Amino acid sequence: MSLLETVHLKKYFGDTHAVDDVNLTIEEGEFISLVGPNGAGKTSFCNVVSAYYSADSGKIIFQGEDVSNASVTQRVKAGIARSFQLVNLFDDLTAFDNVALAIFSREGKTRNIAALARRDSEVTREADAVLNQFGLAGKRNELARGLAQGERKLLDVALAYALRPKLVFLDEPTSGVSTRDKGQIMDTIASVVRGEGITAVVVEHDMDVVFKYSDRIVVMHQGAILAQGTPAEIRKNEQVAMILIGSSGPDAFSRKD
Amino acid sequence: MSLAVAKKGAITSIGPSAWRPAVVAIAILLVLAALPSLVDPYQTVLLTYGLIMAIAALGFNLLLGYTGLLSFGHSAYFGAGAYTVAFIVRDLGAQSMELCIVGGLLGALLISALFGFVCVRHTRIFFGILTLALSQVLWSLAFKFFWVTGGTDGIRVASAKLTLLGGFVNFAGPGSFQRFVFAYYYYVLGLFALATVIMWVIVHSPFGKALQAIRDNETRASFVGISVRRYRWIAFVISGAFTGLAGVLWVPLNGLTTPDILYWPFSGEIVFMTVLGGFRTFTGPIVGAVMFNYLKTYAVASTEYWQLLLGVVLVVLVLALPSGIVGTAARLAARFTRGTS
Repeated sequence: MSLLETVHLKKYFGDTHAVDDVNLTIEEGEFISLVGPNGAGKTSFCNVVSAYYSADSGKIIFQGEDVSNASVTQRVKAGIARSFQLVNLFDDLTAFDNVALAIFSREGKTRNIAALARRDSEVTREADAVLNQFGLAGKRNELARGLAQGERKLLDVALAYALRPKLVFLDEPTSGVSTRDKGQIMDTIASVVRGEGITAVVVEHDMDVVFKYSDRIVVMHQGAILAQGTPAEIRKNEQVAMILIGSSGPDAFSRKD
Repeated sequence: MSLAVAKKGAITSIGPSAWRPAVVAIAILLVLAALPSLVDPYQTVLLTYGLIMAIAALGFNLLLGYTGLLSFGHSAYFGAGAYTVAFIVRDLGAQSMELCIVGGLLGALLISALFGFVCVRHTRIFFGILTLALSQVLWSLAFKFFWVTGGTDGIRVASAKLTLLGGFVNFAGPGSFQRFVFAYYYYVLGLFALATVIMWVIVHSPFGKALQAIRDNETRASFVGISVRRYRWIAFVISGAFTGLAGVLWVPLNGLTTPDILYWPFSGEIVFMTVLGGFRTFTGPIVGAVMFNYLKTYAVASTEYWQLLLGVVLVVLVLALPSGIVGTAARLAARFTRGTS
């Protein structure tokens, strides 16, 4: 059984076919990159599967169950988590409280009204461990709004990870950060995700990053899947090269002109 | 009670040394307990009103400061508590204040659960307008159905007939009002301390953290699995219950309940006192409520244009001290601490 299967998934905004009849199967443990030019429908696809948008038609099957009509919170509880292209944090809470909240929520403890949050040693230990995994232990008591962009990106992913999802969508986790930080962020994400066996779908523009980290690459264009395959297969696909970088031929992706 | 005010004046949890605010709180409580022996009964009455309104403002701020919802209709829950007590005393002949509290709280819970269910479907200005409109419905009912509510004459609740602590304290006989004022101050002080501790635990609980997360970013809150609307509703009901308790305690002291406490300017006063103290801090609404009570009392006594005076104070406050009295004091204290270290 596949982890996720979308069947004829569609999402239109007027005349714009943001997600156009997408049939995609994702297996457990895969690290998939979702690529395509701006407006290809990558983020819209993530939004529909994570219930940020409702689909116009089609089905979303997660672990054999039809979750097409499930709410955001139901899908989160089922094991689908995500981070956001524009960092989405609890800005007036500390980095620690951001992560701790995700853990409290996962454990169903946010209903607890009569105990002090900081007295929960289990959650405290786990939140500190997550911050440590993402290299944010030193920023534990800083407000999220005060963190640097790269740290905010990592905290955004850490929040999704703290939910212990089975499938995580990471929407441009390295956008807006320097090339040097990009490598660090992706190394951290890849080691955590692969280490825990979490299935990841990463929306990314930087093809160097995509080729380096992905098991499989899915190329979208005008809301539909144009091609999919291993990094080696996509590297050789001239149609993909033409759409993504505007040139084709052997080693088109390697040229830095 | 005290809390650390971090950068940008956000509400954050207290530091690891939780004993320090506890010591400060106990010291303040001891001073408050000693006051009636040191000041005249009029000042005791004023302070009792201040503490009662502090409970209302604490409840209100669970919505504004912690959940990010600005209600312009909290007079409804204050009035629901107050009128329920008046009905219990008038129609059931009850004398026990504890019975009044239970009844008043149930009345406030019922109204806030009902109104909250409707209001939390919206946010920002739509939420504010809905709370205002619904509170006005309640006001017009109290105003028009005079055969039930007494209309503008209101309903009298004689303090002399009430008993406290299950009949252990009563006020029959000579010097009734003076004895009531003295005993009732301690009764209110005890409930104020209890309400403050309960609210402090709520805002520092995992539930309280979830509310703050919803305030900061409701989209992300739902993407970590929090049912935003349900949590807002629960916060609304708790907020209404606290404000309702204040209404319950207010009636015997005032001796009368009228539709004025259901009218929108009264909701505005609760907003005013919370902003005055600072809605970004836990203690802000308490300080704001006590200060506002003195401010209003002396403004009314000194000029017939007291609303103008309060209006000017509010404008100056918003422009000069946007984080309120406590928020500004905390920032100055933090600057002073940094300067000396």
